[in-house]
Amino acid sequence: MQVPAPFEYERATSVDHAIGLLERLGSTARLIAGGHSLLPMMKLRLANFDYLIDINDLHGELGYIETGPDEVRIGALTRHRELLESTQLAAAFPIFADAERVIADPVVRNRGTLGGSLCQADPSEDLSAVCTTLDARCVIRGPGGAERVVSMEEFHVGPYETAVADGEMLIEVRLPVRPGCGSAYEKVERRAGDWAVVSAGAAVWLDGGTIVDARVGLAAVGPNTTGIPEISAALRGREPSESLFEQAGAIAAASCDPVTDQRGSVDYKRHLAAELTRRTLRRAVERARS
Amino acid sequence: MQVTMTVNDVEVTREIEARLLLVHFLRDVLGLTGTHWGCDTSNCGTCVVWLDGEPVKSCTVLAAMAGGHQVRTVEGLAKGAQLDPVQEGFMQCHGLQCGFCTPGMMMTARALLDRNPDPSETEIREAISGQICRCTGYATIVRSVRWAAVAEAEAAARVAETTESSEAGEIADAGQTAGAVA
Repeated sequence: MQVPAPFEYERATSVDHAIGLLERLGSTARLIAGGHSLLPMMKLRLANFDYLIDINDLHGELGYIETGPDEVRIGALTRHRELLESTQLAAAFPIFADAERVIADPVVRNRGTLGGSLCQADPSEDLSAVCTTLDARCVIRGPGGAERVVSMEEFHVGPYETAVADGEMLIEVRLPVRPGCGSAYEKVERRAGDWAVVSAGAAVWLDGGTIVDARVGLAAVGPNTTGIPEISAALRGREPSESLFEQAGAIAAASCDPVTDQRGSVDYKRHLAAELTRRTLRRAVERARS
Repeated sequence: MQVTMTVNDVEVTREIEARLLLVHFLRDVLGLTGTHWGCDTSNCGTCVVWLDGEPVKSCTVLAAMAGGHQVRTVEGLAKGAQLDPVQEGFMQCHGLQCGFCTPGMMMTARALLDRNPDPSETEIREAISGQICRCTGYATIVRSVRWAAVAEAEAAARVAETTESSEAGEIADAGQTAGAVA
């Protein structure tokens, strides 16, 4: 039987209450949202905390998807299922629904949250790759209501490490909206609902027949989900074509940093990085045109 | 710590350790052993119960987190002696062999039918994709859920027919009255 080590349970009644508790309890406390990453780690005693602060009651405050002309704002406690079923999110960024369909399973998706996924900072985590692809900004709130906004690159400090400090909390993710956007996500996994062997997200912004900007985010091929600036540079100002996607795939394979493990060899993962980059770019362009 | 929640429409209050998982609370504290405890890693889905109407894996939810919320287990599926159509379907279509995955499968199936009364085979398979039947009896599980969907549709049609014919009767009565007045 797997049971977490003993801890004290607190329940937050508002974001500021949660931050107040975090401030008081320091690094001995951890927020728990869906709990589907944290509790398994605590059951295996890979993570131990003196206090868990349950923030599920804050869903009214932090569970939302707001689409505006300049950005889409998603509350940190928005659950996977809500992200999958949101038609407004699918219209703006179909990459979310692509990714959500392959994250765990429907029952787990009833609990897991966007904020929890990003804060877990697992290098093979899908929504981190999605947010990296879309150049998301993370809103972190601290004591006294002070907020700071960081990029995904700044947010993920290392594997399982984020920019969120003691006494702080990720409250919102902001996705910039630009015209002519298409996006897509694809994942190769060993079995349905598993972590990625490799996955790739792509977003392109077209003006007429030209790529104004493009971003690719890869998961499971480095210490963090990585955006690859070289691909963006290679694609900007060009017309979409198979040979261009080929070139982007080659850059992805060369610039990622996978390790051989039970999910596959380095060579296989580099092959997947190239192939998935090509496929997602192709689909993102199709979607941008339609 | 003390926790109070509603389990199958009954409010329960117990003194528990904060680290107690919901599956163990249901089985060991309340004695509701219909909910099974399987892989302990949120993979197998035999521990699925409803939390506020949504299926969740109770090996990965703290009992404390269910405090103040509504929990429904397989014991709360039947209405008195009357089985839920999903349970009836599992009987009719041999939806269980060893029976270990059955409670979780039925809770997910019931939630699916509540949202989508006429699911396709693909939609059923998708809904139970986080649940493992070690007997590999998926074909009969899918058939059982379809059986329940059809049974419920037929029952609804019978109710609609009865209502319609009684309404038609009322209109006929009203016509006669109007005729009598004229």
